[in-house]
Amino acid sequence: MNALPALPILLPLLTGIVCILMRGNLPAQRMASIAGCLLQLVVAVVLMVRVGGGTLIVAQMGDWAAPYGITLVVDVLSAIMLVMSGLLGLLSAVYGLVTMDERRERHYYHAFFQILLMGVNGSFLTGDLFNLYVWFEVMLMASFVLLALGGERPQLEGAIKYVALNFLASALFLAAVGILYGLTGTLNMADLALVLRGSEDPGLITTVSMLFLVAFGIKAAIFPLFFWLPASYHTPPAPVSAIFAGLLTKVGVYALLRMFTLVFTPDTFTLQLILMLAAFTMVTGVLGAAAQMNFRRLLAFHIISQIGYMIMGLGLFTQTAIAAAIFYMVHNIIAKTNLFLIAGIVSHKTGIHDLKQMGGLFKAQPLFSVGFLIAAMALAGLPPLSGFFGKWSLAQSGFAVERYAVTAIALGVGLLTLFSMTKIWNEAFWKPRPADSPLPATPWTWTTRERIALMGPVALLAACSVALGLGAGWALDLCGTAATQLLNPAAYLEAVLPGGARP
Amino acid sequence: MTSLILRTAARYLFPLILLFSIYVLFRGHNDPGGGFVGGLAAASAYVLYALAFDVKAARGLLRVDSARLTAWGLLLALLSGLAGLAAGRPFLTARWGKWTITETWIVKAGTPLLFDVGVYLVVLGVTVTILFALAEGEDEAS
Repeated sequence: MNALPALPILLPLLTGIVCILMRGNLPAQRMASIAGCLLQLVVAVVLMVRVGGGTLIVAQMGDWAAPYGITLVVDVLSAIMLVMSGLLGLLSAVYGLVTMDERRERHYYHAFFQILLMGVNGSFLTGDLFNLYVWFEVMLMASFVLLALGGERPQLEGAIKYVALNFLASALFLAAVGILYGLTGTLNMADLALVLRGSEDPGLITTVSMLFLVAFGIKAAIFPLFFWLPASYHTPPAPVSAIFAGLLTKVGVYALLRMFTLVFTPDTFTLQLILMLAAFTMVTGVLGAAAQMNFRRLLAFHIISQIGYMIMGLGLFTQTAIAAAIFYMVHNIIAKTNLFLIAGIVSHKTGIHDLKQMGGLFKAQPLFSVGFLIAAMALAGLPPLSGFFGKWSLAQSGFAVERYAVTAIALGVGLLTLFSMTKIWNEAFWKPRPADSPLPATPWTWTTRERIALMGPVALLAACSVALGLGAGWALDLCGTAATQLLNPAAYLEAVLPGGARP
Repeated sequence: MTSLILRTAARYLFPLILLFSIYVLFRGHNDPGGGFVGGLAAASAYVLYALAFDVKAARGLLRVDSARLTAWGLLLALLSGLAGLAAGRPFLTARWGKWTITETWIVKAGTPLLFDVGVYLVVLGVTVTILFALAEGEDEAS
């Protein structure tokens, strides 16, 4: 049973190694990648079932007890995120069967894809701050390669901005880790929590926590540090940008949730600041999106706006608000990835990204259009889809603690999101095909392979959005358990450091 | 670059540096050294050879594809960690064996050594891949 928490890290590593060794055999690499992702999803679901009741699974790597060794901890939040990364990994790998070109595949696309998943899973699992830094680096290295792989001009332009900003974030993160280590002499998160709760200098700790806020804020793309995201996310091939959009910024949000509940106890100043950042993030993201006419760029701005909602849940800092933030994160991962996959299909089929040149897709492709409609309406928050319940429970907890301004902004931004989703719908799907459009006038032809690899993931994610909306009560309960665990870390501390103190 | 002195020296230095890198690898068990710095030293031997002759000759000397070498190194490190799991302990738990060959010659070895050899291969593979690619790019440019 010791193996289980380490498997979400070991499986992608093994799959990545296999992919490098089978360098010349692309079909085998594709199959290995899909099989590896499938196993990850299975392991994540097993972990979810085991921790769903509220117990934690802890593994001390190398049998070195915390706080000296590296600890892997699975609580409900970690398990939820692992399931999401397993699901997205699998769907992106399947989707890549058709949309990924052989030149990129030959240059170790599959291996780096798996290493990216390893970094993401490691970040969700670790209970050690420096180890978190290492997983961030693993994830970033792989994402640099995936972003630049292929070497097209816009890709490199995007990659430079992405690399520069993320290196800055990593430097800040590392500096903050160093300062925290200097203050406390430990980097195990549970041990840090114990030491910092007994600290006599809360001002200094708040200062350090601000460094973490900036570092993770850059990675999560919150205001005003988001500009690298719309500059880079629309440039790589569709499966890469789908997994970036779905997962990578959420790792930053996850780190914020973890640090500001377990390690730091945020004071009113910090919470106020986080709420203001959340409001600005929501508004700037959605306004930026309103100005875009490129399909994927528009969606990239929406990522930012949606991150604001999750940060808002953290800023409200009640059990229901954090549960809502986690629910929102899950909903957003599903809906946003689906939208990127759909944008990828349109460009795969037609080669165009500009919404102005599109049109008549609904007439030509009714079923495909329904997939988009579900994802878009879920994102905008129309009942009975998942986004509605996320926004509803966030707004409810906002009113409960009398944060009227930020809640009003969140609801207003919801309307603007609906506006820009309607814009895509009108431009690409509803309006008649422009006479000079490069789109083919006849319906697209689909091969069976394309039907399975492209429409399969879209249909499955759309079904998830609907199911998450219909089963919102159950899902919110699960997120509630996760939030309770975050806000009452006693069980976490006891599981990692039995007896409470250092041996 | 065609320098007779460098070529002659490189022929003699190459095996010496490789030997030294292996010494550093084993020394790392209890003293400064280890797989990372050992792998770097080994890579420097290949780079010296590539400088003195050319990249093609150095690649021939490596015999295996450098990316493949990296993969095998990773696999070795992974396996060394799995040995702990096989014994029902957490991942990466060290396992030790002791073999008495004669009265005075007792060999103690364990999975951390395997891990270090894996690191050695990864560092060698990655460094050589990067430097050879850069050197070849330069050749093409000139």
